[in-house]
Amino acid sequence: MNIAMEAANILPELALAIGAMALLMLGAFVGDKHQPLLTYLAVGLLVIVGGLVVATPSVGAAFNGALFIDDFARFVKVLVLGGAALVLIMGQSFLKREKLGRFEFPVLVVLSVLGMMVMASAADFITLYLGMELQSLALYVLAAFDRDNVRSTEAGLKYFVLGALSSGMMLYGISLIYGFTGTTSFTDVAMIVSAGNLSIGLIFGLVFLIAGLAFKVAAVPFHMWTPDVYEGAPTPITAFFAASPKVAAMALFARAVVEAFPGALDEWRQIVIFISILSMVLGAFAAIGQNNIKRLMAYSSIANMGYILVGLAAGTPEGVQGVLIYLAIYVVTNIGVFACILGMRRGANMVENISDLSGLAQTRPGYAFAFLILMFSLAGIPPMAGFFAKFYVFLAAVKAGLYPLAVIGVVASVVGAYYYVRIVKIIYFDEPAPAFESDMGASLAGIITASGVFTLFFLLGAAPLITAAGAAAASLFP
Amino acid sequence: MQGVPLLSIITFLPVVGALLILVVRGSDETARLIALVTTAVDFVLSLVLWVNFDPSTADFQFLESTLWLGGNITYKMGVDGISVLFVVLTAFLMPICILASAAIHTRIREYMVAFLLLETLMIGVFCALDLVVFYVFFEGGLIPMFLIIGVWGGARRVYATFKFFLYTLLGSVLMLLAILAIYIQAGTSDIVALYEGMYRFPPEMQRWLWLAFFASFAVKLPMWPVHTWLPDAHVEAPTAGSVILAGILLKMGGYGFLRFSLPMFPQASVEFAPFVFTLSLIAIVYTSLVALAQEDVKKLIAYSSVAHMGLVTLGAFTFSIQGIDGAIFQMLSHGIVSGALFLCVGVIYDRMHTREIAAYGGLVHRMPMYAACFMVFTLANVGLPGTSGFVGEFLTLLAAFRFNTWLAIIGTTGIILSAAYALWLYRRVIFEVLDKPSLQSIADLDRREAFFLITLVLATVWFGVYPKPVFDVTRASTAHLVQLHQQGVSVATAEVQP
Repeated sequence: MNIAMEAANILPELALAIGAMALLMLGAFVGDKHQPLLTYLAVGLLVIVGGLVVATPSVGAAFNGALFIDDFARFVKVLVLGGAALVLIMGQSFLKREKLGRFEFPVLVVLSVLGMMVMASAADFITLYLGMELQSLALYVLAAFDRDNVRSTEAGLKYFVLGALSSGMMLYGISLIYGFTGTTSFTDVAMIVSAGNLSIGLIFGLVFLIAGLAFKVAAVPFHMWTPDVYEGAPTPITAFFAASPKVAAMALFARAVVEAFPGALDEWRQIVIFISILSMVLGAFAAIGQNNIKRLMAYSSIANMGYILVGLAAGTPEGVQGVLIYLAIYVVTNIGVFACILGMRRGANMVENISDLSGLAQTRPGYAFAFLILMFSLAGIPPMAGFFAKFYVFLAAVKAGLYPLAVIGVVASVVGAYYYVRIVKIIYFDEPAPAFESDMGASLAGIITASGVFTLFFLLGAAPLITAAGAAAASLFP
Repeated sequence: MQGVPLLSIITFLPVVGALLILVVRGSDETARLIALVTTAVDFVLSLVLWVNFDPSTADFQFLESTLWLGGNITYKMGVDGISVLFVVLTAFLMPICILASAAIHTRIREYMVAFLLLETLMIGVFCALDLVVFYVFFEGGLIPMFLIIGVWGGARRVYATFKFFLYTLLGSVLMLLAILAIYIQAGTSDIVALYEGMYRFPPEMQRWLWLAFFASFAVKLPMWPVHTWLPDAHVEAPTAGSVILAGILLKMGGYGFLRFSLPMFPQASVEFAPFVFTLSLIAIVYTSLVALAQEDVKKLIAYSSVAHMGLVTLGAFTFSIQGIDGAIFQMLSHGIVSGALFLCVGVIYDRMHTREIAAYGGLVHRMPMYAACFMVFTLANVGLPGTSGFVGEFLTLLAAFRFNTWLAIIGTTGIILSAAYALWLYRRVIFEVLDKPSLQSIADLDRREAFFLITLVLATVWFGVYPKPVFDVTRASTAHLVQLHQQGVSVATAEVQP
């Protein structure tokens, strides 16, 4: 296998890495005052790489089994790139206004995206760890991006300390897996496990690995960092945290357990079911008392990860298909919600309390309607997209015979519906509060509209996404 | 009519109207007009549907089918004798609701849009022939209704609308799991295929599926003891919202039993019938007694709705042609009568802004025309022969009598109690001396109110005197339903005794 052919397989990653370095050089050269230019260059880079990902054929294992270039990886990469590009676009005016327009922002986002792309393709525990660390280190810095703000630095520090702890746990798990199997390749581990060599040490390794992954997707009981980081980080960065890294981490989670431990399905399924139930229930109940909308969205994302894990717990192609459909809808809906949150501004001040939305329907009907669609979608009420997301994960769970999990899941979704619908109540039923700034900027308005349209009309054009997710899921199951 | 997707047109025409309201930058009156015209046209189309409906067959008609969601879920629409009249009823009540909303003065465009979207979702429920499509319509209806009660409702509207939303949602999600289980077990969610193939779910599974569907329909209908959301929702909803709630939304529960529970889970339905009868009888007797104690006109009518819906389940679970015909007729009649009663309350509420029974009295001296209309509906609510209320009650009780004497005897006490609370309400509001100074100058019906109330009076009397058009339509489908059910039961029994 010559190096040129292998390089062609990872052309998107190479392009992104070189692009990121070029952006860094350019940034250092032109400085912060040309930050908008750098941002748009980064968006362009992400779009081009997205095109390359679509154009690269799925070849299966590459680089001696260090990477998988398959439909699953490509599906996830497109989602990650799309999410990052949208976040860069919508965060621009916020960063400028808050005087956070430093050139490192687009560079860090692009670097973390590079880590996520490696995560999506990981076929080996070493690749997995490398991708994850590259992603995480960039994210720690991003969380503390507003460096003069106490809450932001606190968020960064908290994220870093807990993230390092989880990385440590994961490394420990990986070393146990290596110790008991003698290999770090997913495929080889799978062969050894399927041959019936599932020793207690290997199960310990699996548990530590899952604990580390659960931290990255913010599933209960490894969720503690989420509300503080979501609240403390600057809003566009929170939007980024809620979108791309979650997709990459969940994809990695799915790939690691499905590709490396198909023979230990019963073992990891118990753990996944357990953290799934905890996440759904805690996400639903803890969000009820929240008044800060970013904090509320943190609990919402914990609950959403719980629902996605329902699909993963099935451990079937349908389950992974459900996971991917859910992730796609989750990214679009969350970006829409955070774009709405970025529009919550009175004068020069951003406001973040739910009560600030009071009576929005009377001051800004269109904006309010987008909020309504997105909230009902998150609550999983048809005909919004969020319903179909839940539909497919529960379909997989019922098919796999996980009835108690499905019942707990749907009941938790009713509890969760309460707090989403409470926001609708505040927007539509309450007396109007002073209006927000009417000028939210064309890019923000465009993203809100696009996300609302996607969510509302998903049911008309869902077939391509569902088919693509099905093909992507099938590539995980040889 | 070949090739014209009539059902989809009827279903989605209101959406077009809603979009028109959003696009046309007119005054509030324009919004009202657009809504009225759309719903009226939709009603005419539903009459075309009724006229072209072939009553000689039990097959689904006006079928439309398109692949959806890239799998073997299809967007499938069609009506049979059981569902077609509910489509007509919905389309009939809708323009009346728009007319009855003259007292709404805030956010009229949004109001009209919500109502039009609600109409689409309600008609879709009755036309859907795929479980997933059915669920989307069934649950989607929560969103506009939530807004209608919450935005334009009374003082405790937030409490009422949350209670309505969460109760119904909790019931529905369990049904969703049952739908998923059916889809996986049978490989299809196509209702026609499920009927034809007569997928025999194992008895144990039937029981769970039946219970899951029951959870949803019992809340929606509503049955005792999960009825408590209804009085709150009714009291707080604006008049037109109450009409739709009582007239159509409640019927989705009864329709669901007939469409899904009976034919698809025949064995479980038989097993659970005593349970359903018990709840129905409690509903009939207990909520009638509760109705007697009410001080609020709307609440009284709401409780009477629960009692009347008890008769529907009583009839449906006798599994006989009379019982099911009676249940369908009872639902249609109750849709018209209870809707009309809420409109009557709306008429005086618009004038006096109170629903306290004690605040009224002697209205006949000032509002003779109103008193006459109200009387017809009160008597229909009691089930007097010659009104539409009688036919349904008579048939269901007849079927209940043939099934079990005690069932009929206890059920009949409900009729007596309904006479008590309805006539007592009528006496307290309409008769007695007009001694309240505030009522001295109250005006009789204006032309708009007279128009919709008299239309409803005519419908009530027509179906009471001449119910044949309804039974002509339902006959073949009801017979087919009973046959499907009996087949299912006999096969299940044969399997038990090989």
